[in-house]
Amino acid sequence: MSNDDQEKPRVECSCADCCGASASKVSEENERNYIQENRGWIESRLETAAGPVPVVSTRLNWRDRLGSFVVRLGIKRMNYAVRPGLYAVGNPTLGSPVFVSANYKLSFDRLRKELGGVDAWVLVLDTKGINVWCAAGKGTFGTEEILNRLEASGLRSVVSHRTLILPQLGAPGVAAHEVTRQSGFKVVYGPVRASDIKLFLRNGMKASEEMRTVRFNLADRLILTPLELVMTLKVVAAAVLILLVLDVLGLNAFSWKTLYPYLGAIIVGCVAVPALLPWIPGPAFAWKGWLLGIVWALFVNIEQGLIFSGSPGWAQLWPRAVSYFLLLPALSAFLAMNFTGSSTYTSLSGVVREMKTAVPATFISAVLGLGILIAALAGAF
Amino acid sequence: MREHRYLRNVTTLAYEPSRCTGCRMCAEVCPHRIFEVENGKARVRDRDLCMECGACAKNCPFAAITVRAGVGCAWAIMASELRGKKEVACG
Repeated sequence: MSNDDQEKPRVECSCADCCGASASKVSEENERNYIQENRGWIESRLETAAGPVPVVSTRLNWRDRLGSFVVRLGIKRMNYAVRPGLYAVGNPTLGSPVFVSANYKLSFDRLRKELGGVDAWVLVLDTKGINVWCAAGKGTFGTEEILNRLEASGLRSVVSHRTLILPQLGAPGVAAHEVTRQSGFKVVYGPVRASDIKLFLRNGMKASEEMRTVRFNLADRLILTPLELVMTLKVVAAAVLILLVLDVLGLNAFSWKTLYPYLGAIIVGCVAVPALLPWIPGPAFAWKGWLLGIVWALFVNIEQGLIFSGSPGWAQLWPRAVSYFLLLPALSAFLAMNFTGSSTYTSLSGVVREMKTAVPATFISAVLGLGILIAALAGAF
Repeated sequence: MREHRYLRNVTTLAYEPSRCTGCRMCAEVCPHRIFEVENGKARVRDRDLCMECGACAKNCPFAAITVRAGVGCAWAIMASELRGKKEVACG
């Protein structure tokens, strides 16, 4: 990951990152599901008034990096959590700042990596292994959990000040004034990205406009695409299989030629649209997917000699050509629409609005495309 | 010029200036920098950039802001439709 500093767990509210959390196997009863402490990320213990506190390393080792890589592919993603509670970084004292984080290890790793040379405490909330932004949306990174974890950890006796630094993207779940009213701890919202934390501390706990703004640049988008692709391939594998069976039975022999149009449409929806997002005209994600999907269908048709080939066999070729134009853009559009959950700027109301058109349109288009394939198979034309 | 812009005129964000005390919390927490405080009152700069995360409403001590918070995620919307749930959230 070359763009490690810009990419941050908190700006990846990939819906895919949240979904299935309720089915997370991580629970307080089963401690074994937390990442083991003997894997190099905990260096020692620090004796405090609240008992021994684990001291975490500020360097990521190969296991941490491998873990990040694996969860990015969607493997064991819902089971990548550290035990909630208080942690120490460096050699913190009564006056050291307290950072609040989520117990998704990717989030926690990103934070501790940025705290090299800083003496601080980290209060890790039980967000069920979900990153800060998604957990805040669900409320697990929330007022109640902060108040509970604050008391359970004994933080009151470990520090003499009464200030908590929260990631800004935790704000959808936390009412800062309520935390203060009920605990006496003041909430300061830190920067969006962990990589700005040192600058934030140097500036007297002030975040600039830039540090407070969520981004969604090319690297932010690309890092989410492998997960998107893996999840999608799982879901659409069945659908593609049906198409392939029809294809094999009816119109062609099984070959790369019958497979690649659909794989391509999936890559268009899951990778090309996210990558080219700001440059594809129109605001709706499904529209962007459809537009690129049409381009892809055009390419496939030309490449397979179905159109513009001067071939006299149009009477036989047209069902295949038309079904490509109906199926491929619909598939790309639907998948692109699902990238809304990974983006950092789509609203619920907006996505609902977009879906009102996109869901029926892609459905009808796909059904028509399939119908033509089946009819052609049955020898109707 | 913003890099990304989503659909216009859709947000449920509503702001009642008479309740505002100019405490700046909304301006601080908004990930898209929609609020700006001028002469002791918050002002909405650009409603169309709102993603309905709900941070401003949650952190307004004076209940001057309301928004139907939820995730702008097509999967989540489909899942909650299928399960007959009103609230749209992940998982």
